[in-house]
Amino acid sequence: MIRFLYNQELVELTNFAADLTVLDWLRLHRNKTGTKEGCGSGDCGACTVVTVSLVGNDKETKPQLSYQSINSCISFVGALHGKQLLSVENLEKDNALHPVQTAMIEEHGSQCGFCTPGFVMSLYALYQQNEPEEQLLNRVDQALGGNLCRCTGYRPIKAAARVALKHRQSTEAQREDCEKLVRKLQSLAVETTQTSDRFVQPQSIAELASYYKQHPDSRLLAGGTDLALEVTQQMKTLPHMVHVGHVPEMRIKQVHADHLILGAAVTLSECLEIMSESIPAARDMLLRFGSDQVRNCATIGGNLGSASPIGDLPPLLLALDATLTLQCGATTRLVLVQDFYISYRKTCMQPGEFIRSVKIPLPKPDSVFAVHKISKRTEDDISSVCLAIHLPQHVGLTTHARLAFGGVAATPVRALNAENSLNGRAFDEQAVREAQEQLSDELQPISDARASAAYRSQITQNLLRRVEMEFSDGNTNDDT
Amino acid sequence: MEIQTMTPDKAKIAGRAAAHDSAREHVTGCAQYVDDMEATAGMLHVAIGHSTIANGLLASLDLNAVRAAAGVVDVITFSDLEHATDIAPVFDGDPLLVDGKISHFGQALFAVAARSHRQARQAVLQAQASYTEETPVLSVEQAMVDELYVRPPHIMKNGDSQAALANATNRLQGEISLGGQEHFYLEGQVARARPEESGGVTVWSSNQNPTETQHLVANVLGLDMHRVNVIVRRMGGGFGGKETHATACAAFAALFARRNLSSVNCRLSRRDDMLMSGKRHGFLNKYDVGFDNDGRITAIEYTLAGQCGHSADLSDAIVDRAMFHCDNAYYLPDVTIEGLRCKTHTVSNTAFRGFGGPQGMMAMECVIDEIAFVLGKDALDIRRSNLYDDIDRNVTPYGQKVETFTVPRLFDELEASAEYQTRKEACRQFNENSKVYKKGLALTPVKFGISFTVKHLNQAGALLHVYSDGSAQINHGGTEMGQGLMVKVQQIVAQELGMSLERLAVMATRTDKVPNTSATAASSGTDLNGMAALQAAKAIKQRLIDYLQDQHDVDASAIVFAADCITVALDSGQAKVYSWPELAKFAYTDRVSLSATGYYKTPQIHYDRASAKGHPFYYYANGAACSEVMIDTLTGETHIVRADILQDVGNSINPAIDLGQVEGGYVQGTGWLTHEELSWDAKGRLLTDGPATYKIPAIGDMPETFNVALLDNSPNDAATVFHSKAVGEPPLMLAISVFAAIRDAIASLDDYKSFPVLNAPATPEEVLAACTALRDKK
Repeated sequence: MIRFLYNQELVELTNFAADLTVLDWLRLHRNKTGTKEGCGSGDCGACTVVTVSLVGNDKETKPQLSYQSINSCISFVGALHGKQLLSVENLEKDNALHPVQTAMIEEHGSQCGFCTPGFVMSLYALYQQNEPEEQLLNRVDQALGGNLCRCTGYRPIKAAARVALKHRQSTEAQREDCEKLVRKLQSLAVETTQTSDRFVQPQSIAELASYYKQHPDSRLLAGGTDLALEVTQQMKTLPHMVHVGHVPEMRIKQVHADHLILGAAVTLSECLEIMSESIPAARDMLLRFGSDQVRNCATIGGNLGSASPIGDLPPLLLALDATLTLQCGATTRLVLVQDFYISYRKTCMQPGEFIRSVKIPLPKPDSVFAVHKISKRTEDDISSVCLAIHLPQHVGLTTHARLAFGGVAATPVRALNAENSLNGRAFDEQAVREAQEQLSDELQPISDARASAAYRSQITQNLLRRVEMEFSDGNTNDDT
Repeated sequence: MEIQTMTPDKAKIAGRAAAHDSAREHVTGCAQYVDDMEATAGMLHVAIGHSTIANGLLASLDLNAVRAAAGVVDVITFSDLEHATDIAPVFDGDPLLVDGKISHFGQALFAVAARSHRQARQAVLQAQASYTEETPVLSVEQAMVDELYVRPPHIMKNGDSQAALANATNRLQGEISLGGQEHFYLEGQVARARPEESGGVTVWSSNQNPTETQHLVANVLGLDMHRVNVIVRRMGGGFGGKETHATACAAFAALFARRNLSSVNCRLSRRDDMLMSGKRHGFLNKYDVGFDNDGRITAIEYTLAGQCGHSADLSDAIVDRAMFHCDNAYYLPDVTIEGLRCKTHTVSNTAFRGFGGPQGMMAMECVIDEIAFVLGKDALDIRRSNLYDDIDRNVTPYGQKVETFTVPRLFDELEASAEYQTRKEACRQFNENSKVYKKGLALTPVKFGISFTVKHLNQAGALLHVYSDGSAQINHGGTEMGQGLMVKVQQIVAQELGMSLERLAVMATRTDKVPNTSATAASSGTDLNGMAALQAAKAIKQRLIDYLQDQHDVDASAIVFAADCITVALDSGQAKVYSWPELAKFAYTDRVSLSATGYYKTPQIHYDRASAKGHPFYYYANGAACSEVMIDTLTGETHIVRADILQDVGNSINPAIDLGQVEGGYVQGTGWLTHEELSWDAKGRLLTDGPATYKIPAIGDMPETFNVALLDNSPNDAATVFHSKAVGEPPLMLAISVFAAIRDAIASLDDYKSFPVLNAPATPEEVLAACTALRDKK
């Protein structure tokens, strides 16, 4: 059974299809049609809803409410357990519109109106963040980057965001509502009995490992942003799912002086938050990785495990020589990310085995470290090429160079020859020229709808050059 | 942004920046789109099975597994069509279902009706089809070689371009290829049909052209049009993509509804929508131009070749419009324009905001830029010296005199407000000091002809009811797709009747309320329907004036409709004030008809296609944009730093709505010209079949600084409704300034000595290739 709140109503579902999406539940089961399907693939944001969950819900800290925008078309209803779901119908209170709704009207932020509920919900999620106004104003593009509008050109929507954020207020009544909601969510979160083998929610790593070993054909559900495409795009039926989101070991977030340890079910949004501090060079890439709605669901384990050649985390982790902890039953093993990928969309994992966590060494302060993602569009696009370059420096010479790429081969790869050519010498223009030659020999990029092989090849070389330029004169961006 | 009312004296209601009539419904999720209508018990859902080859014959089609699939109730193929089988709008060639011959990937082979949308889509996957495959023609170039056309070539000519070219002081030839564009309306194609007791059907459709759909659904069902009622409350975006391509869903829903006597919903998945519905035409444009040393064009020859896809659809008119606009805002003395309608084995391309105009203009602006580079002059100077004037350089290649041409004024005002000269210099400075990032700046005009070029389409009807409580409803033939047509018409009628907006409800567009309407297209929505609605309002107003004159024995001039009431200045010097409820009740009781139709047809337009001469446009809409871009010469990524736009909308009926059209059109145009790229494999399968691969602009693609204004004090000289000007399509072409600015930025790599060859879309890959070519040259 799962239990969640839809607005203020307690919903308990027992016999639901594991692959029932939140969007279909709203539109088909509840006739709540304010939430729209624009693409069914999590790329347009018309279906955006907000989930509210408890964070810091342990004995030491006071629990907080976390408001997150998600794409309901690629979210499974089972994953709502313990949360509150809000759709556009729920924002109006006592016949009064929410300030983001009022601002959207006053700033003429809707034209055809089809994307509008999604924008309203993304704005609402932003509005509810417990951060100062200034910070939120800077996050408008990020918060709306996963919402497409074909009519307005976005100017009035941005204006509406500014107006709404500038008039945020917090009243005593709202604070009381929050307290009430916290208590309600706490009561939801009580452990539930597993009554169905369709949607299993292990509460511990042992339970997860044992169940998955016995049922290796069940599908592991973390964020579901990739898995759901099998349901919504390939029209597959996925009868059995194991949701890993409630397993504490899968959610660990440890920040150490020289490394991070992150559970496989840590989301990309959490990853962005942690890495912005500890690996600032990765921040821009992570901001171009999916959208808020996707990052709020998608996980590290999912991105690594789906083994896509264009996943954006693998190059970063390859360059940092990260190590995965894989688990099967009671047995765990350590596998370097560089040994994890076998061939196109294939990893070394055995049936019943799953990624538990990843240990990521941090670049040393004097290392050259850079991450670049190139795509047709800045927001929410898949990489033509993603690369991470890690060049530890010792007395002015590069040692143990690691160049890692996505989008240039059947799996995420390192360029070993290019790395060798950089080792043992200063990282300068000449070194780059030689490494570029190696790169053009050893990488075999593909041509597809996103970019041609020739372009991919050229920008991998150019980006190496960019890293060197930035290294050598601090800033080639001139006055930009 | 402060929005000023453009016509304070005339307009208290029209001219006001009223919110979209559905704004509140939009933001609360209450606005109902077709798929949001409540499902009736037993409702069926349609999915369409399509071809997986682009050219050839369907050899066999085994649908047994489809019929046996869970939830399937009915399956149809070509042989089940008892009446019309073609749903083409003008020239035959768009079969509802394939009869053996396949001419594009994604063509409908069969359709399934099942108990749920998901079951229908799952069932479709069970089909087994085999084909006799032939090599598809996929490019304009190949179609030109093979002389494969959906319609015959057409030529427009003025003077003797050949002789003038031979005598030209300077001469150059070039070409530019332009990609197509997916509409990507956020709401995909969808229709709902309900069988009616008369043997007819009611169809709710996301549709720009309800009358055409009514007509074609009637043909497919073998019914008279009066048995088919098509209703459109709103679309989640149209942009031309629902002008003719909305018919298929409507026809399938209607067929299944009649066959099964139940309500039927037909909604395409995004992927099916992108595979099965037409897009903007890609073009290959070639030019041969002669010019003097000041850069003035003395002669030009164009070949404009549009990629029409497998059938004619609206392509004849679209390529014509490209030909009508390859002068953009410039006088071309001796000119020959050849327009080719190339046939390829791809989905049939269709209307898309601009309707060929943007593709024609892109050729012209490319020519201007190239002349500027060759002569080493500033492109804005070349643009200025070629503009139409009001003396003798004022006749288009098709013989229409250019009147009320505001581009010179727009140029002057925009050049100043955008600080063009200062920033041009600043960009050059920046580029000298910046190794990797380069800036470019361009200011380009738009002159866009307003009217359907098919004369009979330039008519509209409206129906106005005033009820006995003084509330009113307005119907007209135009459809709402987000462009704000409904609120504009509401404002026009309310203005005429002096009525508050709240008193006047805007209603869904229905073929049983207003018949024989034209598509809401060609930027004509307000011009046509606003005028028809105004006529209806005038009719009722006149009846009320007559009535009040009778009642009070006063002159008509003593009766004023304003401020939501009707005031009669009595001879006694006193005034009698009626509220609308009062007056409506009195008038009704005294048997005054409070319902009226309105009708309008655009005057003055005519065009003789045989001689390619005439006056096809009632007037021209003008605008200008100045865009500054920055390119990254290591990756080819482009970023719009700043855009300044000045658009002439005449007397704006709603400046907020008009600004929205200008901003939205510009950004949509930048998408077309930068990162929206359609890509097919060698077998003709569309690879960019979803938003994961096809990238429309996102919020970060908006210009960093975006200054948009409407030209003030510029009433339309033509007698349009309140002397406003059309605004739907023209702003899209303002985005050409972005493309020209990218060209300018790239040219800096060779110190502006050579003209960069750049095709659209200027994706990062295309820009980088152009940069590399220029660097190699250096």
